[in-house]
Amino acid sequence: MRRFFQILPGVLLLAAVTLNAQAPEIPYDSVVNLLKIPDNIQIGEVGGVATNSRGDIFVYTRTGHPTVTIGTARPFAHGGSRLFQFDKTGKFVREIGQDSYGFMVAQQVRIDPQDNIWVVDQMSSMVIKFDPAGRVQLLLGRKSEAERVPAAPLNAPAGGEGGGGRGRGGLPGAGTQSDIFNRPSDVAWDAAGNIYVADGYGNARIAKFDKNGRFIKSWGSKGSDPGQFNTIRGIALDAQGNVYVADAGNKRIQVFDGDGTFKSQIANIGSPAAICISPGPTQFLYSSNSNPPEDIDRDGDIFKIGLDGKAAGKFGRAGKLPKEFGTVNAIDCRRDNELLVGEIGNWRVQKVTLHPVK
Amino acid sequence: MRRYLTGCFVFALLSAGSLPAQTKAKAQNVPEIPYDSVPNFIKMPPGLYLGEAMGIATNSKGHFFVYTRSANTRLFEFDQNGTYVREIGAGSYGFEFAHSVRVDPEDNIWVVDEGTNLVIKFNPQGKVLMVLGHRPDEVAGAVATTNAPAPPAEKYILGRPTDVAWDPQGNIFVSDGYVNNRVVKYDKNGRYITQVGSEKAGNGDRELNLPHGIAVDAKGTVYVADRSNHRLQVFDNDLTFKASYANIGDSWTVCVSPGPHQYLFTSNSNPNGNAPGTWDITGEIYKMELDGTIVGRFGHASKQPGGFQVVHMMDCRNPNEIFVSEIEAWRVQKLLLKPAAGAGAQVTHAGNPGSGR
Repeated sequence: MRRFFQILPGVLLLAAVTLNAQAPEIPYDSVVNLLKIPDNIQIGEVGGVATNSRGDIFVYTRTGHPTVTIGTARPFAHGGSRLFQFDKTGKFVREIGQDSYGFMVAQQVRIDPQDNIWVVDQMSSMVIKFDPAGRVQLLLGRKSEAERVPAAPLNAPAGGEGGGGRGRGGLPGAGTQSDIFNRPSDVAWDAAGNIYVADGYGNARIAKFDKNGRFIKSWGSKGSDPGQFNTIRGIALDAQGNVYVADAGNKRIQVFDGDGTFKSQIANIGSPAAICISPGPTQFLYSSNSNPPEDIDRDGDIFKIGLDGKAAGKFGRAGKLPKEFGTVNAIDCRRDNELLVGEIGNWRVQKVTLHPVK
Repeated sequence: MRRYLTGCFVFALLSAGSLPAQTKAKAQNVPEIPYDSVPNFIKMPPGLYLGEAMGIATNSKGHFFVYTRSANTRLFEFDQNGTYVREIGAGSYGFEFAHSVRVDPEDNIWVVDEGTNLVIKFNPQGKVLMVLGHRPDEVAGAVATTNAPAPPAEKYILGRPTDVAWDPQGNIFVSDGYVNNRVVKYDKNGRYITQVGSEKAGNGDRELNLPHGIAVDAKGTVYVADRSNHRLQVFDNDLTFKASYANIGDSWTVCVSPGPHQYLFTSNSNPNGNAPGTWDITGEIYKMELDGTIVGRFGHASKQPGGFQVVHMMDCRNPNEIFVSEIEAWRVQKLLLKPAAGAGAQVTHAGNPGSGR
């Protein structure tokens, strides 16, 4: 009986695959100079871009590699990324989190329904919540005190022989049942304010916390079965509380309920990196099949997908010109059909306006 | 300072080894001391942030100092209302990885840095008066990470020191630390007198395992947070063994209040990383008589204000106004303790002062 139900989504999936392959091209325009960047500020690789309810734009950007200093017998890493706020016209407003202990390699920024600003840092392995005034409200994860010499392999499981978290055993990528992250990639919330962290580059799990940061559960491990992940690059929730996980290495978006029960998957959309779900009565899922930084002759298209998994269309390709995309790492879709796209490769934020398919 | 850029995406494992064990306190039926956390007590100016709040201490005027790990380690001063006053020691050769700040009776400010192996004494104006220890020379470059045993402890070289205190004569006591496992007594001019413990960790009398905090009372008795031995160890002024209080969980940090009736505070901090189940058995602070009798306890592990997220240090200049600094919440809180309900009805004795364990 159970097997039957497992086959059924597979059939539906096949239908979706066909449709996605035929996803119509969506006409669009782009503005590349939306952000008016002051002369004394450099925007580097854009890890994250997000808007709040007033339309203010937040950019979490890699402004330099972390600097390492030699301490006792322990080298310490400092800095490397900055968080900027612009108003909706692109005028610079302020910097937030100057010299923060947790700002090292910008990975993502997201704004919650209360306009709190959440930063995900891939190297400090922290998720940092700022209130709208820019004060730290909640921290998940903890930066390593010092750097190991020589450095560990990039995707080594944290601490443990044979996977799991910090010597605890367990399945590779399953991590620790707490807020110890290994290169997290993204954060999202449900209507109750529960927090979902994609602990996705070093580990292969989704970790769920209550709104006060108390650990509830986590799910996932390294692999390709349903409920397993291979490099999670993004996470988003719809209004019903379903969890969409950009399982980039497996070239699919997996959909779970809020307790981590697998529901379905969306495939044939390339390798999903940045994802975003628009608000409103009819929600859409945007997913970027981002090109790798070393190649602009492939990928780069962004899909617009109904929550039923069927692609409404797609647009764009990899490149350096306006309207082209260089390793998109973030999409803001607070306004459906008017997206902000943050690029690793092109050090910029593009404002993309989608037009009806002819 | 020698600096170089890392390769891209250096990912370092968290410090080698497993998480430190966490210990549920053995003390039972300890009265809860009600308290309030002053809301939004600290006022950071725009653009200034605390990182991991490692050290906190008040001076005689009620100003308080926070030694914090932001992108770089920094020392900030605030007034009694929590308003920012100034930064001290910006760019100091001795600031690398904050661990403790204490203020002595003359309002000198002492910081302990476990990244440079230094204890630095600033005068109240922020000028360096004395340095204990020596920052390792950096000509060898980055040294490979190792868990090798510590070399024999030297009189004037510290190994990731953790805290500092003074007796009424001005003698200096340094808890040292993560690499060594000892307490060193120096005279007020920084000349070595004696030590207890050694480079080796141990769990007997006069042995220490991660001495993580230190305080001295008006009689010169020395209280040491013997963190990884899950106890607080007490020594006479000459560092002979006096007592062990082993019913208060892991003693992360200690504080002794001034005045005619002194109290001892110790924190059974929830361990770093919030390992499963730790919030249920750790995170509280104990208020004790100096003889080890527990007066009461307060606080619990939480990420929200009012709770604690790895208390690293306390100030108890006023035993009813406790300042705490927390590692994993990047904050300091001012706690106003209230009289315990039914105070005096229940007093839990620490056990056997004078016994070994």
